[in-house]
Parts: sequence; C-alpha cells; structure tokens
Amino acid sequence: MCLGIPGEIVEFMDDRPDLAKVDVSGVRRAINIGLLENEKLKPGDWVLIHVGFALSKIDEEEAKAALDFLEGIGQAYADELAALADSKID
Amino acid sequence: MTSPSQQYKELSREEQVLQRIEKARARKAKLKEERIVLAHGSGGKATQTLIEAVFLEAFANPMLAPLEDGAVLAAHGGRLAFTCDSYVVSPLFFPGGDIGDLAVNGTVNDLAVSGARPLWLSAGFILEEGFPVADLERIVGSMAAAAERAGVQVVTGDTKVVQRGKADGCYVNTAGVGVIERPLELGVATARPGDAVLVSGPIGEHGITIMLARGELDIESSVASDTAPLNGLVERLLDAAPGVRGLRDATRGGVATICNEVARAAGVAVVIDEEAVPVRPDVRGACELLGIDPLYVACEGRLVAVVDGDQVDAAMDALRSHPLGEGAAVIGRIGDDPPGLVLLKTSFGGTRIVDLLVGDPLPRIC
Amino acid sequence: MRFVDEFRDAEKAQALAAQIAALCEPGRQYKFMEVCGGHTHTIYKHGLEDYLPESITLVHGPGCPVCVIPMGRVDDAIFIARQPDVIMTSFGDMMRVPGSNGAFFDANAQDADIRMVYSPLDSLKIARQNPDKRVVFMAIGFETTAPSSAMTVLRAEMEGLENFSIFCNHVTIIPAIKAILDSPDLRLDGFIGPGHVSTVIGCRPYEFIARDYGKPLVCAGFEPLDLLQSIYMLMLQLKEGRSQVENQYSRVVPWDGNLKALQVINQVMELRPYFEWRGLGFISHSALRVRESYAAYDAERQFLVPGVRVADPKACQCGEVLKGVLKPWECKVFGTACTPETPIGTCMVSPEGACAAYYNFGRFTRQRVKEATRA
Repeated sequence: MCLGIPGEIVEFMDDRPDLAKVDVSGVRRAINIGLLENEKLKPGDWVLIHVGFALSKIDEEEAKAALDFLEGIGQAYADELAALADSKID
Repeated sequence: MTSPSQQYKELSREEQVLQRIEKARARKAKLKEERIVLAHGSGGKATQTLIEAVFLEAFANPMLAPLEDGAVLAAHGGRLAFTCDSYVVSPLFFPGGDIGDLAVNGTVNDLAVSGARPLWLSAGFILEEGFPVADLERIVGSMAAAAERAGVQVVTGDTKVVQRGKADGCYVNTAGVGVIERPLELGVATARPGDAVLVSGPIGEHGITIMLARGELDIESSVASDTAPLNGLVERLLDAAPGVRGLRDATRGGVATICNEVARAAGVAVVIDEEAVPVRPDVRGACELLGIDPLYVACEGRLVAVVDGDQVDAAMDALRSHPLGEGAAVIGRIGDDPPGLVLLKTSFGGTRIVDLLVGDPLPRIC
Repeated sequence: MRFVDEFRDAEKAQALAAQIAALCEPGRQYKFMEVCGGHTHTIYKHGLEDYLPESITLVHGPGCPVCVIPMGRVDDAIFIARQPDVIMTSFGDMMRVPGSNGAFFDANAQDADIRMVYSPLDSLKIARQNPDKRVVFMAIGFETTAPSSAMTVLRAEMEGLENFSIFCNHVTIIPAIKAILDSPDLRLDGFIGPGHVSTVIGCRPYEFIARDYGKPLVCAGFEPLDLLQSIYMLMLQLKEGRSQVENQYSRVVPWDGNLKALQVINQVMELRPYFEWRGLGFISHSALRVRESYAAYDAERQFLVPGVRVADPKACQCGEVLKGVLKPWECKVFGTACTPETPIGTCMVSPEGACAAYYNFGRFTRQRVKEATRA
C-alpha cells in the first residue's frame, strides 16, 4: 500500500495537462501529475509514483547527498578493514 | 541422546513456535471453501490443497501420486509419458503468441520435462456461440505452426459449442503422449544436498505480457511472451548431463512455486541467490510498478532443472549452446537444512523465505 | 533501476551495520518502532535484520491501513458490492481480508462483482465503460493515498460521471502514533517515521513526539539502505542525547509536505469525529469521510450500509501485534489456526502486516539460516 516507485517523466500529453508518461526501467505508463502542478515538471525529471499519481518530485541533489553519505561511510569502513588487515599484533 | 520432547524444551520459545508451525503445515490439507474461488487456479497453496483434497483423494494411484508435470506409464516393454493441460488465457492474442501457441508448447514442454520425446497431441475446443471463425482459424494456424516447430502431430480432437456467455470466447485443452527412450527416472523428489538449481533463461516474461495485454493498466512495454517448445533444449541438456535429477516447466506460480515443490517433495532446503536470477529490466520495472515478485510470475518457455553438483558446468554449456537457453543461469543450491523450505539470499545480503503464494495476483494467464 | 538499486547495495549495508553496532552501548537494549507497513515489508523482504546487532529490536506498528480496518467495515463493503448493478473495485491487498462471512474473493464466488485495480483512476475508467452500472472504489490508505482518492472524485465531477462513488476508509497516521505513545505497555527508544505519508503531510506533524515525549523520529525511505541509515541516525541521536525529527528520505519528502495534496484532501474530505481501528479501538479524529458537498460521490450516502460493529474473534491478538506489544510469533494462534491461507486477523492478510511478513519471509531462526546460506 505504501508502494511508491521512482519513474522518469518522458512525455506530456497535449490533450490532458494533468497526465504525463513516465518510464520505469523501460516500461511506460501514463500517470496523473495533478498533485505536482506547482512544480513545473519537464521531461527528464524523476517523480515518486503511487497508485497512478505522482506524489513528489525527486530532488536529485538530495539523492546525491544521500548517496555521497553512504559512499563516505562505505569508504571509511573499507579503510578500517584495510587497516585491520594490515595491522599485526604479534 | 535427548528425547524429542526434551529437545523441544531446550529450544528457545521462538523455535518452539516455529516447530509447531512446521507440524501444522505438514498436516494433511483440508479444503475449507464450499465454492471455487480464483485462487484455486493460481498454482499456489489453494491449488495444491484442492488437488490433494479432491482429486488425489478420488483418483489415488501410484502414477498420479508424484504430481510431476507428466505421468510416466509402463506400456508394452517401453515407457510413455502422458500429460494434459487446459488453456483459458485472456486475452487470446498477445505479444509473442496466442492461446494456440500456449496449447501446443505447454503440453510439449510437460512431456519434454518428463524425459520423453513428444509425439502426439489431442486438441479439444470449447467455443462460445458468436466467436469469430477468423479468430479460430488464427488460433488453429498457430497450433499447426507450433506443432511443426516442435515435431509433434495433432492426431485427434473434439469441438463443443456453448451458448453465448457460457465460455469466454475459446478454451482449449491439449493432451499429449511422448515416448521415453532414455533409462532416466526424472523426478524432483530425488534432489539432494549439493545439487544445483538452474533456470534456462530470464523469468516472468509471459505473466507480465498477459497482465499488460489486458489493457487495464495503461502500461506500455515491449515485453513479449516467451512461449516456446523446449524439447530440443531438453534433449541437449540430458545428452550432456545425465545427472539431471528433475526438470520442471516453469508456468503459473513461477520459479518460486517449483522451488517449493522441490523442497517439499525431497525434504530438502532450496537456497536461491537473488543476484543470480535472470530478469529482464523491463520485466523488473513492470513488477516493481505493480508490486509483484518476478519469482512468482509465469513463464511459458523456461525450464527449471535440478542437477547433480558435479555436472553443473556440462549442464550450463549444453543449455547455453541452444538458442532457447542462451540466458541460462545457476540460481541456487540444494541444502539439507531447513528441510522443506525455500530461502532467498537477497541482493541486499539478507535472507528471507520464499513461500508458496496464497492469493492469485494474475488470474487466467495460461 | 535508478534511485532504487543504489539504495540496495550490500557493501554499503555492511559499512552502515558496523557503524550502528559501534554506537550500541554495552548492556543496553534498543527498541525502535517502524510505523509504516511498507517498512515492515522491506525489512523482511530484504532480510534487513541480518544486519542489526542483537541489542536492537524493531517493533512493527499500526501503519498498515489494511490491517486496521475492522471486520464491520469489510461487511459494509461486501454489502455494497452485493447491491444490484454494482461493480466494486479495490486494491489487491483488500481481496482476502476476512469479514464476518468471508472476504471479497468469497463474495465474488457467490454473487458479487469485485474487481482488483491498481489505481482509483482505473476504477473511473470502469465507470466510464459501464454507464449502466454503479462503480464503487474501496478507498483505503493513510494520507499517502487520500489525495489520489480525492483527485479521482474531482475528476469524476469534472467529467460529469454519475455512476461513480468511493467508500472512504482513509485513516490518518498521527492519532495512531499518539495512541502508541500513550499506551502503557510499550517502552520505545524512537520511531522510524513513515516515508510516503510524509510526502503529503511533511515532517512538522511529528514534532510533538520529539518535543513532548522526548523520542527521536527519523522519516525513512523504503529501500533497505534507507532503513539502515535511519536506524543509524536514531542511534546517533540517542548517543548524543538529542530527540529531534530528522528527514532521511529528503530526496522524496519535502519538510513542508505537498500543499496541493493537502488542499485536495481538504476540499473533498473531512475528519470523522471518531473511527474504529481494529485492535486499537475508537480513536477520535483519526479518519476521513467525504464532505456533504460531494455526497454524490460518497458510497456511504448512496447506499445504506448496515454499519454494524463486529467484534474481533476471541482468538485474535491483532491489536497487541499492531501496537508492537506482541511479536507475530508470540500470538497464540500464529501459524497454526491463523495462517495466510486461513487468516483470522488482518495482520496475516495484508502483505504489509507484521504477521504475514514474518510468516512469509522471516519464519526461521537466525542461526539455522546463517548456516544454510553461508556455504
């Protein structure tokens, strides 16, 4: 029920300003973008799709920040593991 | 040596509950419903219960009991395989094929995975009053072409017509006979720890194609049904790897259902590696969009093989050398514990169970 | 898949797990409640608990909108479905929820026409294609889904459709969380906050939890790394003696929510004075109904539903599971009398219910599985 999937906007429909076509991994579907009418969406934007409606525009900068944080933690961990491997206590 | 009751007391409370649950699951299935519901046709738990409670009860005999894809019959010094399937797919025509293709390929495949060379098919039709003859000709044309491709012949048939509204256009039933020329005894009940589980190509294509072809979801995609005759592929596999324990045609219920049947029949654990399971990106996208797990989605041109661990390379080479097996992959192993369960090692690195489906997410897909 | 695969990376998970473990004080137990059913599902589907130390327990909360629907409302829906010329439409997860006399799929086997849809817009399409039938949409879900139901009603109004209505069972999350906080049975260290509900209501509504109850809350995304990161953020808050609302799911959740979505809900719906939640009892101002001005689209007004209150079966302990007091396997009927095939309560029916998730995905003990999957 909480199912929300990120999809990329690929096309708008001329006759229906409240709809847009999104692409999810090569599969396309028309969704209702009425809840994001203040966002000025354009093709290439990513949105969160829930039961046929776009609920939120994905903030790519925030996404990048989240991934950078995870990278950082990952790197720190890898460094520590390497340090552990190198150190000898005998 | 501690007694079973003492062993039970020593388990943690959680383990005690889990053990009680396993006992409850092992009990004979009882049919609780008074009327048939769609879930009875989905290939999951409800189907299993119906088969055990109604059909097995009435027809009990040793040839039926293994409940493999086809029955193996001793006849006049040789062995035959015999199978049947009914096709009620909606819509009748879809990307990649139609009900006619399914009707031939599905039955050919059930014979092939029984270790037989498919030879003869019957074709029974139930047609709705008002059904266009042009559509019937199209379906029958597909069946003829599929039969030629598979090297089988339709040798007998039947046609019935029912009043408008009493059938959904066209239902087809095909039964098939094949001859078993190898000394093999195939059956997933012989799976043992150390064996590997192989799949012949990417999964979920047929089921997703049908869901999208129904036109209710407004989803566009280039996914097409994978319906195909697998007898040639099976011949190549069995030539190269006689250590194949059992083969299954992965249809409704998907790969997950087959793995559960293996685990149950052989009393072993099946451990699947999620990363290794081949799924096309657009099938995956559609599944994510709809909230379905591709492991449960039907295929119509894929087989699952349980193979002796020592013969995995030979088996994989054989599969990959055939056009229908190009995307073959080793998706898991057989272990000894926990018996009867299917575990999935997720791509995230955690573990979870893969159980039989209870409901019916995709009614009438084959 | 972009924005999905990157957040399922196993290596990063190990790194985060190490960091989380490092923040655990020796001898201390930590209990976090994840409110949202979608989180319960992710945790089990990906085997997330394998990454957590023994001292951290995740408790499942009442954030499963299917799980909290009382049996009486299911009966009401089936009553509507049984009326002449009615096509009832519903999300898949509702199809097997048991009422007093069976679930939707049982009703189909008798005389009802209940169809599964993926969006309320599909329901509208069915209404357009069947002008001689009355099409009803079973509207369930928290604030995540309410805007979609409301938009669909507005669309129906715009098109002048006269044969469409919704049976509104939308519930709101804050009263549920408050009921948990006020429950004497539970001692929690923090909350993993709902992700998608927050895209609509934003993060401000949770501030009272941190401020008045002193519990940290982190709004979390639905990929396994999102959850791990959120747990990390909670542990950091505890370590540093903070209790705040933080937004881990910032790529999707705006702090102020979605104003348009809130407006649309408010235009079409209003809060009920009270509503019964399965397992939690009557909670005031916790659910939505269609406003008088949209009465033509309100199934409750269009059909005279019985509205009978049905008590849960005696054996059912869903309430305690929903509050996080009992773990699924601690319920007396879990797995024996109550299974996904023969569910007694809703926790076992919905794919997001804690019992269903545990039974279908997690039904084993850690040790056995570690051995099985190691080799």
